[in-house]
Amino acid sequence: MGLSLKNMQKKVDGEEHLIDINLDFESGSRNVILGRTLSGKTSLLRLMAGLDKPTKGQLMLDGKDITGMSVRKRSVAMVYQQFINYPSFTVYDNIASPLKVSKMDKKEIERRVQEAAQMLHLESMLNRLPSELSGGQQQRTAIARAIVRDADLLLLDEPLVNLDYKLREELQIELQEIFKKRKSIVVYTTTEPAEALMLGGNIVVMDQGKVIQTGSTPEVYHHPATTKVAEVFSDPPINYISCHVKGDQVLLGGGVNFPLNYHLKSLTDDHYKLGVRSNHFYLKKRGENDVRLAVKVELAEINGSETFIHADFSGERIVIQEVGIYSKKIGSEIEVYVNPSRFFVYSDTGKLVIAPS
Amino acid sequence: MAQINLNKIAHSYIKNPKSDSDYALKLIDNIWDDGGAYALLGPSGCGKTTLLNIISGLLVPSKGRILFDGKDVTELPPEKRNIAQVFQFPVLYDTMSVFDNLAFPLRNRGFDEDSVKKRVLEIAEVLDLTPFLDKKAAGLAADAKQKISLGRGLVRSDVAAILFDEPLTVIDPNLKWQLRCKLKEIHEQLKLTLIYVTHDQVEALTFADKVVVMYGGEIVQIGTPQELFENPSHKFVGYFIGSPGMNFLPCKVDGNMAVIQDINGVMMKNNAIAQNVGIPLNDYLSKLASKASGHLELGIRPLYLRVHANEVNGSLKAKVKSLQDHGNFKILTAILAGHTLRARLDEEDKAIIGAEDVWLEFPIDWIRLFSKERLLK
Amino acid sequence: MNKWEDNRAWFLVIPVFIIVAFSAILPLMTVVNYSVQDIFGPGDRMFVGVEWFKEVLGDSRLHEALLKQFLFSGLVLLIEIPLGIGIALLMPKKGWGSSLSLVLMALPLLIPWNVIGTIWIVFTRPDIGLLGSFINGMGIPFDHTASPIQAWITLILMEVWHWTPLVVLLAYAGLRAIPEAYFQAAKIDGASAWAVFKYIQLPKMRGVLTIAILLRFMDSFLIYAEPFVLTGGGPGNSTTFLSIYLVKIAVGQFDLGPAAAFSLIYFLIVLLLSWLFYQVLQNAGKGGA
Repeated sequence: MGLSLKNMQKKVDGEEHLIDINLDFESGSRNVILGRTLSGKTSLLRLMAGLDKPTKGQLMLDGKDITGMSVRKRSVAMVYQQFINYPSFTVYDNIASPLKVSKMDKKEIERRVQEAAQMLHLESMLNRLPSELSGGQQQRTAIARAIVRDADLLLLDEPLVNLDYKLREELQIELQEIFKKRKSIVVYTTTEPAEALMLGGNIVVMDQGKVIQTGSTPEVYHHPATTKVAEVFSDPPINYISCHVKGDQVLLGGGVNFPLNYHLKSLTDDHYKLGVRSNHFYLKKRGENDVRLAVKVELAEINGSETFIHADFSGERIVIQEVGIYSKKIGSEIEVYVNPSRFFVYSDTGKLVIAPS
Repeated sequence: MAQINLNKIAHSYIKNPKSDSDYALKLIDNIWDDGGAYALLGPSGCGKTTLLNIISGLLVPSKGRILFDGKDVTELPPEKRNIAQVFQFPVLYDTMSVFDNLAFPLRNRGFDEDSVKKRVLEIAEVLDLTPFLDKKAAGLAADAKQKISLGRGLVRSDVAAILFDEPLTVIDPNLKWQLRCKLKEIHEQLKLTLIYVTHDQVEALTFADKVVVMYGGEIVQIGTPQELFENPSHKFVGYFIGSPGMNFLPCKVDGNMAVIQDINGVMMKNNAIAQNVGIPLNDYLSKLASKASGHLELGIRPLYLRVHANEVNGSLKAKVKSLQDHGNFKILTAILAGHTLRARLDEEDKAIIGAEDVWLEFPIDWIRLFSKERLLK
Repeated sequence: MNKWEDNRAWFLVIPVFIIVAFSAILPLMTVVNYSVQDIFGPGDRMFVGVEWFKEVLGDSRLHEALLKQFLFSGLVLLIEIPLGIGIALLMPKKGWGSSLSLVLMALPLLIPWNVIGTIWIVFTRPDIGLLGSFINGMGIPFDHTASPIQAWITLILMEVWHWTPLVVLLAYAGLRAIPEAYFQAAKIDGASAWAVFKYIQLPKMRGVLTIAILLRFMDSFLIYAEPFVLTGGGPGNSTTFLSIYLVKIAVGQFDLGPAAAFSLIYFLIVLLLSWLFYQVLQNAGKGGA
């Protein structure tokens, strides 16, 4: 049981939107497609739904070619970024609409709509029109409509991106609960690493129309195969510091050097790029082997519980993420610390050489 | 530049407001410092746009006066108030070049062309718009356009304040921080009074020296980002600032012990299932509690809640509901006496993975008590 | 691949093709057919090539009619567009005043074309017409059936009365679509009312004004009914516009060949001028957008 994409390609006006996509999705699996805007996530989802036809390649369901099958004959449900509901239908009728088409028994429709409404906390709003709902409730209605039918394939295209962050928090948690109960293949696209990690399951990382890594979500997070994957799968984007290994020393810019230790011991003399996730920089020294970097502050951003300090380290821009609130003056010189055991090491060509264990 | 005095301001969109609930803006009495960067933060419908319109002069408040540097401007229209405004989407004169856009407010005020040119070039330099000066404004990217809107405010040396109405809505996420950076820089350079309306906590907290949190037509707290985070004066601030928001537990204080009520209102201390659900407090907190009236609630930030795999002194046992990996950190959701609590764990914290129960410790320094939604202090 | 289902969409478009074929393409073909033949009677015809085109193009009365047509359309546009924008600017933006003025504006547009002509015949009659007798009463001799100039004035007056409301409605819609923030920003920038008009309202109305100008140009260039009812092309030939002249050839003299050739030329002129207008207006906008 499952859905397979074989050598899928999509060209629009000579421009390649998707390049040679080969993917397998198992029934009951939760899958995240992670990528920046315009990386091809939505194009891929539309191909899977059958809304677009691929230029080349096939879509196989349980070994059967369904590439040309019309959307209406497929068992697929989709949730979009925009809150799409029938404006003249009540919430109840909106949720019931996919069932009514299939000529289901009235009692059964009622039962299913109530169940979906309950899952998404819409019970008290079933008689309202979409225009009388808040944005969050409108998207809940759209999601309820997508899950009410038990489609084999449930596609969600950045469903929470247009909600403000408090609503997003709530729905992220609720969606996980809902997905757990599904037997269908769930495919969820997002630009946010944290959202991808929360959803767990398997991940497909995309960049410029290509799949650049697949695997279990935490596994990919801890072993991003290329610098590109690491950038896409870190928020703020992972920081890179160029270095040079010579003998048993690692030399960084600004005259900083430290001995090879931890997982770095196996490195041979060469140029490398060290990848450091922002949360592994600290404003205080925490351990003996911590490397000290002198940086110049460009901006301190605060998101409520954390501070993001954008800074310059000998010509390379880095972002430091610290828990708590720190106001830093623009242009001031500060010291930040990082433990070498945190370094992802990439070759000059951007391939992962070694990851922290 | 000016100090802004909001003198007992209230506003209702209804002609003859009777009850408190008829007011979109309930009594606001505040003085905002000259040269300060203020952010008005709150969910939609909290009254922040109403307040902005009163400051800009689009609305005359039903009650109260508004003074700029002591001068009553309550009845004055926007153009007589020497304010500048940047809107949600870029407002430009499409047919003009960037230079002419920036020069427009000065030319309208009859400045001679030499001084116009000098000032425009100066401001264009600050905003990195110099290379675009000859281009038509309409052809530029959204962030450049928004900078032009801002520039039209900055060219005037007489502006009392610059108002921003969710100015980054249309800006691509990865350019947002660059623009915020620019705004901060300009604030430090020019020492202008800036007022920034947003529903986004990141924007508010990065931009402002003082964040004005609004909720239900009231200002519930004005404070630095740190004050809002550590000492939210209202439950709403606790919930709205921080991700996830503050945890709240209804409780009664018995001596130096906060006794948690379960979800049905039963005192957990006498409950056979979960014994010893008291959270130790210090003298200061219990004294506050003894003076307070109404239902008490204990609040603690997920960041400060300590989680242990085994019982430690003064900890409470809670059931694990889920553990979410956010990459940089983990969020534990646990159930204590029927209440959902969230705790933020470090990425490396692996001790409780797979555990069914955890012990929660409430560090005394980070416990806050609330009564009638307000912080006790 | 299920090709048949995908191609089903084409079947849905077929009815439109058929209607367009019968209403536009076939008649046009017929006209093309007529324009190159000399028709003596049913089944009795002769191919004459471009003979009719030569004849028509050399016809001095056609030149005269074309010139009049340009003058008429030009005058109409010059009056209606600024007047329409002006009225739209003066109309209230909200409340009952806005609804009322919209209804009043729409009234002339709701009257059938032949009724319009009749109304104006009666209205301007020197003996019993309200306007006609009033002007005569002021001591100015007025009779549009006698004076070519007065016939023109009456026609333009009627055209302006009839169609300016269309321009008003379009301009009004364009004005209403401008976000309030623009006016606030302009106020804060200290802009004068004229500057607001020149830099905000006019550029933002470009789209609807393009449509208004195109519609008004095409319509006035093809005008037939009003002068036919009001003046019948007279006095003399003073209001014999292209369409009236065309009908005179085709129906009055039953010269089908020249009339067909004339029709095609007429059609091409309108097409060409509309395209020109469109290009100019689009490019004028590009400078700004």
